[in-house]
Amino acid sequence: MPELTSRRGLLFGTAAIGAGALLVGCTSNESSDEPAANDQPAADDKPGKEVTIGFAGPQADHGWLNAINDNAKSQAKKYSDVTLEITEGSNDTAAQIGQIETLINKKVDVLVVLPADGKALTQVGLKAMRAGIPVINLDRIFNTPQAYRCWIGGDNYGMGLNAGHYIGEKLKDKADAKVIELAGLDNLELTKQRTQGFDDALKNYPNIKKVARQAAEFTVESGQAKMAQLLQAQSKFDALWNHDDDQGVGALRAIEQAGRDDFLMVGGAGALSAFQAIKQDSGVLKATVLYPPTMAASAIDLARALGQGKGVGGMAEFEIPASITLYSAVVDKTNVDRYMSTGFK
Amino acid sequence: MTQHASPPRDSTGKVQSADGAPAWRGLMARADVRTLSLLGVLAALIVIGGITKPDEFLDTRNLQLVLTQASVIGVVTVGMTFVIISGGIDLSVGAIVALASVWATTVATQEYGFAGILFTAVIVGVGCGLVNGVLIAYGGMVPFIATLAMLASARGLALQITDGKTQIVTIPSVLDLGERDAYVLGIPPLVMVFAVVTIIGWLVLNRTTFGRRSVAVGGNAEAARLAGIDVRRQRLYLYLLSGLCCGIAAFLLIILSGSGQNTNGNLYELDAIAAAIIGGTLLTGGRGTIVGSVLGVLIFTTITNIFALNNLQSDVQQIAKGAIIVAAVLVQRRTASTT
Repeated sequence: MPELTSRRGLLFGTAAIGAGALLVGCTSNESSDEPAANDQPAADDKPGKEVTIGFAGPQADHGWLNAINDNAKSQAKKYSDVTLEITEGSNDTAAQIGQIETLINKKVDVLVVLPADGKALTQVGLKAMRAGIPVINLDRIFNTPQAYRCWIGGDNYGMGLNAGHYIGEKLKDKADAKVIELAGLDNLELTKQRTQGFDDALKNYPNIKKVARQAAEFTVESGQAKMAQLLQAQSKFDALWNHDDDQGVGALRAIEQAGRDDFLMVGGAGALSAFQAIKQDSGVLKATVLYPPTMAASAIDLARALGQGKGVGGMAEFEIPASITLYSAVVDKTNVDRYMSTGFK
Repeated sequence: MTQHASPPRDSTGKVQSADGAPAWRGLMARADVRTLSLLGVLAALIVIGGITKPDEFLDTRNLQLVLTQASVIGVVTVGMTFVIISGGIDLSVGAIVALASVWATTVATQEYGFAGILFTAVIVGVGCGLVNGVLIAYGGMVPFIATLAMLASARGLALQITDGKTQIVTIPSVLDLGERDAYVLGIPPLVMVFAVVTIIGWLVLNRTTFGRRSVAVGGNAEAARLAGIDVRRQRLYLYLLSGLCCGIAAFLLIILSGSGQNTNGNLYELDAIAAAIIGGTLLTGGRGTIVGSVLGVLIFTTITNIFALNNLQSDVQQIAKGAIIVAAVLVQRRTASTT
């Protein structure tokens, strides 16, 4: 008997090691794509004064935030006069405060901060400004303008507005048109802003009625689940706005599984998979409204201009602006090629 | 609270009443009442759904939808039920589903096609279960802590593998299983897997020594040990089983969503525990049924479905869900104590 057990043990052991080896080989997700950024720097390209930029962001736990980091890094690499000090991303407020304080102590020239929580990190923004380090506040805004020299970020209300107008224009000649909305995480203020913008835009089109809205959680899984329910609830509708392309992967899967193709879909954020589907034009997804991760590259440009005491190229001002709200462009088949390189995974 | 008293057991873990006669008749009757009350709750929900949205709710497609949406969490809950019956808890199920689903959908894994994805999902699930089991059974760790640690590490590893990116599955044979064309006699393949797992789970719990040992370990581990059961090995197997269920669930989720994402399986641990509890499984161990747990899952999925069909928003959904958990458990207690 002991012989049998040991032989069995040996067999299982070998199988386990083999399976382990195979699995470890399967963790690779390598791809060699260059992260995208626009090719127009704010100040001129010529090397100027050396600038050290400190960058602190949240943990890159989804595609968009990952693209933010990639954009910041690749933009900084373009300039021989820029040194980027990038911290390990963290969603923990205390940890992020610690990281920013470390950057302040290192006496970087300019700070670029995408806070995990804008309100909670206001104090450390103020501290940096008081220490004479100008702060570029990226996207999630601090409580007070005193905590940053320049804010640059996306426009959630504008996303909803532009999605609503795009759908409105497509359906304006259709009597009693029905629209549904697949929102993002309802706990977040940005979701409310997107919905508000969407509703406000639809008010311009009296023939269009929003018949249903369900909130998913920005994940593929929740997008699939909520969309499947929406499709069952609404046997006929003309357009769908989905707040987020990540959950849109799941929503598209549900649409495909239900075998529906009798409406037009507009996405949000600007993921690569959405751009590719729009370009192919074989499904319901016809457009997506941007929330561009290239803002991180722009923030590096702004930080460099600030460090060198220059203004923004193309503007007459001597200083960079105090606040920049980015436009949530609608990307459809006509202009998708232009934006393809900015798509994130 | 009267159910907490553990009746004496014989060496196989079978429950005996005070006079020595088998008490399974009484238990059976009580279990039936519990199951019936759950069926009552489900029937009430079906009536509500049928009245508020007759066309959309009472529809074959909707039945297919509800059962499909219940499949992934349903399979996880079957594994969880075994663990809870044995007096343990597995907080890592959602994280294991996430890790298995991303590991199985990397570019490298997808090169091995259908078999590669299935194999990886299952092996990663079993592997995590093995680590949980060894830590708890032989490392002497409290299940709550060991599986909490696994939750953190598995989520972290899932994030490291994906880098936060959504991994899209491009293998047609995997994707096709989620399409309507793959339905056999109107039954989606996912639902079939759920049904098979449920039936096997029921058989194992009610008709095998393994099942009786699981109940015995949960009822009184010391008595089980004295009765000659290898309690440690039994615990190891139970966490392995839970891991296996997570691996299968991850594969179902890959088919359903056509992708792998590190955010998958969010709060599955709470959903699975809640379903098992309203299904009548004792959190302290020693009692529980597979049928009850599956009914618990179906009740939750049906509630979500009715709310979505009536276009109620997430805030209302969450409030009502909490209220219904309380109501379901209260109804169950009342019906169980009056018999």
